[in-house]
Amino acid sequence: MSHEVIRSTVVPIIYLVSTVFFIFGIKQLAKVKTARRGNTLAAVGMLFAIVGSLLELGVIDYRWIGGGMLVGTIIGAAFAIRVQMTAMPEMVALFNGFGGLASALVAGSVFWERVVEQSATGRIHQVLGTDSAITVMLSILIGGITFTGSIVALLKLQGNLKKGQPILLPARHFITLGLLAGSFVIGGFAVAALAADSVVLVLVLSGAALLLGILLTIPIGGADMPVVVSLLNSYSGVAASMAGFVIGNPLLIIAGAMVGAAGLILTQIMCVAMNRSLLNVLVGGFGVAEGTGGGSDEYTNVTSCGPEEAAMILENAESVIIIPGYGLAVAQAQHAVRELADLLKARGTKVTYAIHPVAGRMPGHMNVLLAEADVPYEDLLEMDVVNPEFKNTDVVIILGANDVVNPVANKDPKSPIAGMPILNAYEARSVFVVKRSLSAGYAGIKNELFEYDNTMMIFGDAKKVIQDLIAEVKDL
Amino acid sequence: MTLGPLLIGIYVFVLASFVGFEMITKVPPTLHTPLMSGANAISGITIVGAIAAATTGAPTVANLLGALAIVTATINVVGGFLVTDRMLRMFGKKKK
Repeated sequence: MSHEVIRSTVVPIIYLVSTVFFIFGIKQLAKVKTARRGNTLAAVGMLFAIVGSLLELGVIDYRWIGGGMLVGTIIGAAFAIRVQMTAMPEMVALFNGFGGLASALVAGSVFWERVVEQSATGRIHQVLGTDSAITVMLSILIGGITFTGSIVALLKLQGNLKKGQPILLPARHFITLGLLAGSFVIGGFAVAALAADSVVLVLVLSGAALLLGILLTIPIGGADMPVVVSLLNSYSGVAASMAGFVIGNPLLIIAGAMVGAAGLILTQIMCVAMNRSLLNVLVGGFGVAEGTGGGSDEYTNVTSCGPEEAAMILENAESVIIIPGYGLAVAQAQHAVRELADLLKARGTKVTYAIHPVAGRMPGHMNVLLAEADVPYEDLLEMDVVNPEFKNTDVVIILGANDVVNPVANKDPKSPIAGMPILNAYEARSVFVVKRSLSAGYAGIKNELFEYDNTMMIFGDAKKVIQDLIAEVKDL
Repeated sequence: MTLGPLLIGIYVFVLASFVGFEMITKVPPTLHTPLMSGANAISGITIVGAIAAATTGAPTVANLLGALAIVTATINVVGGFLVTDRMLRMFGKKKK
């Protein structure tokens, strides 16, 4: 078979097969039973895509390609195999950043080869073609934003950069929007510029994109990072799609567009769960108090108790609901929690888990953590299912969750979290709140649940407290 | 009516976006993180563009950029699929 036939017929068919694998892969990833197979299908689709692209190129020098894939595989596999389950959100952010960077680099490489190395004369839109010229600029812009945005998100998830607090520059909206508008102008000039002048413009555009990624992400607080990572995931899809326009490859356009749409939907789902608009998240600064008076933020009438007392109450409980939050992930307490639940179950107590849609730092974060500790899937109850149960529940144990159980969301229409759906933990007969201190949650507001008569605080690290509870329950 | 390559590309982009929207509407929250991670691995498809950008052995800037793109895209692809599989493996085992 001649290379021409391979290029014109075989390769497009392979790309089509790859697309079908991606579609079935994503569809199956969305169902619990088939999710793992879906991931495998998508990976097979990727293998087809790579084989197709190599066939398309014919006989070439494989040194850069082979070397690059080897290095990438070693680094990617090392990260994926060694990462702790608790650090999963950071990992997704990091990989996502690399994906965005790759798309920007592809565009940069095409630009450099066809404009600089071939010493092109004339204007860029003539050298590359208008559509390729525009998509090269968009690839660099979106890919660059995705890269630095993801790295900032990663650092914030790790608790770096002012402990993940919003960083608010003066006149930040003006600077950011100005830079974004400026980037479009520079990109437009680069498309219209003479080849000799365009290099500087493209370099400036790259710098502006990298800076934009940082500026867009730093004003957003650490707990909103899931939304940001999800949105950046959508961006990296769009960046790949733009790279597809640059090299004229429909597979990139399709796969990139699908990921772009999927990321956007997921982002929207997360915003709805927090009862906030995407704009409200992206503007940033959420939870930074703007001149609130001290008085109402002080806690009065807080009761605290030790593990011993808590164990005695647990002894008589017939039903227990555990509400995990980010504190569980930080303390890596998932295995200890499972052990406590097993102990209580062995004594005939009914134990379930209430999962708030935005608990933790990623949608489904708590599910992943608890699954790691072999908690049965059936024990994890979603908010709508579990909320009617609280009235008939003896004990609720809240582990490092705060805003998602704050009754003020239902009561005070002026509260920053007003209208956010919460877990009605306060309706249970006894509520234990395991927390390191009385410090505010992400929304930066007081949690009046801590003052309720049926609430008892157990101060300490979640894992340590649970281990103490296990010891006490064993002694009963 | 004859469509130029750019218009065909835009057609494909718009239709694929709708496919993406339709596929993701109903997902149990449990699967949000793995789905995000798996979709993220698929966005590493840009590796195909990266491969096409480093086709000669010469140490030129374009090839170096292409090679760097291959490294980063491969990290995205390999790491993304592996990490997704690790997450999903945990869901699998307690379903027995």
